[in-house]
Amino acid sequence: MVPLSYYITLSSILFLLGVIGVLVRRNIVIILLSVEMMLNATNINFVAFSHYFHNIAGQVFVFFVLAVAAAEVVIGLAIIIALYKNHHTINVDEINLMKW
Amino acid sequence: MTLVLFSYFAAVILISGILVVTLANPVHGVLSLLVMFFHVAGIYVLLNAEFIAIVQILVYAGAILVLYLFVVMLLNLSGQEKSHNRQYLFGSFIGVTMFVELIIFLNRSIFSGTIGPDTVEKIKTTGDTQAIGESLFTTYLWPFEVASLILLVAMIGAIVLSKNGILRDTWGDKK
Repeated sequence: MVPLSYYITLSSILFLLGVIGVLVRRNIVIILLSVEMMLNATNINFVAFSHYFHNIAGQVFVFFVLAVAAAEVVIGLAIIIALYKNHHTINVDEINLMKW
Repeated sequence: MTLVLFSYFAAVILISGILVVTLANPVHGVLSLLVMFFHVAGIYVLLNAEFIAIVQILVYAGAILVLYLFVVMLLNLSGQEKSHNRQYLFGSFIGVTMFVELIIFLNRSIFSGTIGPDTVEKIKTTGDTQAIGESLFTTYLWPFEVASLILLVAMIGAIVLSKNGILRDTWGDKK
C-alpha cells in the first residue's frame, strides 16, 4: 500500500515543473502545455484524496477540471492562431502589444 | 507490487515532465506530454479510479493533444530559435524556493480528514462509473450544468476568434 504522501509529493513536483515551464519557456504552445501539466497535478491530488478518504466527490471534481481544461485549450489555441495570423510569431518575448 | 508500479509511473511522469519543459522542439514536447498522460492514467488505475483513467486517455491524449499537435503543425514552427527566455535564473530561483517550501510543508502536515462513505468495497459492488454518475447527477447536478455552459462558451469563443472576418466586421476594418 502506497502512502498518501507519496501521491502528494508526486503531484507537487509535477505542479512545480509546470510552474517552471510557464516561467522559463518563451514558446507560447509550451507554456500552455505546462498549464496542462499543472492541471494534471491537481487531478492526481483529487483522485488520491478521493481514494484515501473514501469520498467519490474527488473524482467528480476531476471531471470538472477536465471540462475546464478542454475549454482552456480551445480558447488558448484559437488565441495563438489569431496571434500568429497578426504577428507571425508565437514567441512571448516579442508579443508586447499591451506593454506600456 | 503497488509500490513498484507507483515508482515506475511516477518516474516516467517526472522524466517526461522534465522533457516537456526542456525540449526545444514543440512537437517533441507534445509527444512527451502524451507519454505523461498515459502514465497519469496508470496512477489513476492504481487509485481504483478506472473511469477517470479512461477519460484521461480519451479526452487528454485523444482530443486535447491532437489539437495541440494540429496547431503546432499548422503554424510550422522551426524550433531553431532560443527556447528559453531571459527569466531563466529567476524561474529557477522560484522553482527551488517553491520546492523547499513544499518539502517543509509535506514534512509538517498530517493528512487527515473526514472519512466518507464510499469505501473501495462499496464502489466495487456497483462499479466506479456508476458511483461517479450517481454523485454527478444528484449532488453535483448544478455544477454539471455550469460545466456544459463553460464548454458552450468555449466553443463559441473559438469560432469567433479563429474565423476570419467576424471581428473585423464588428470592430471596423483594422488593416
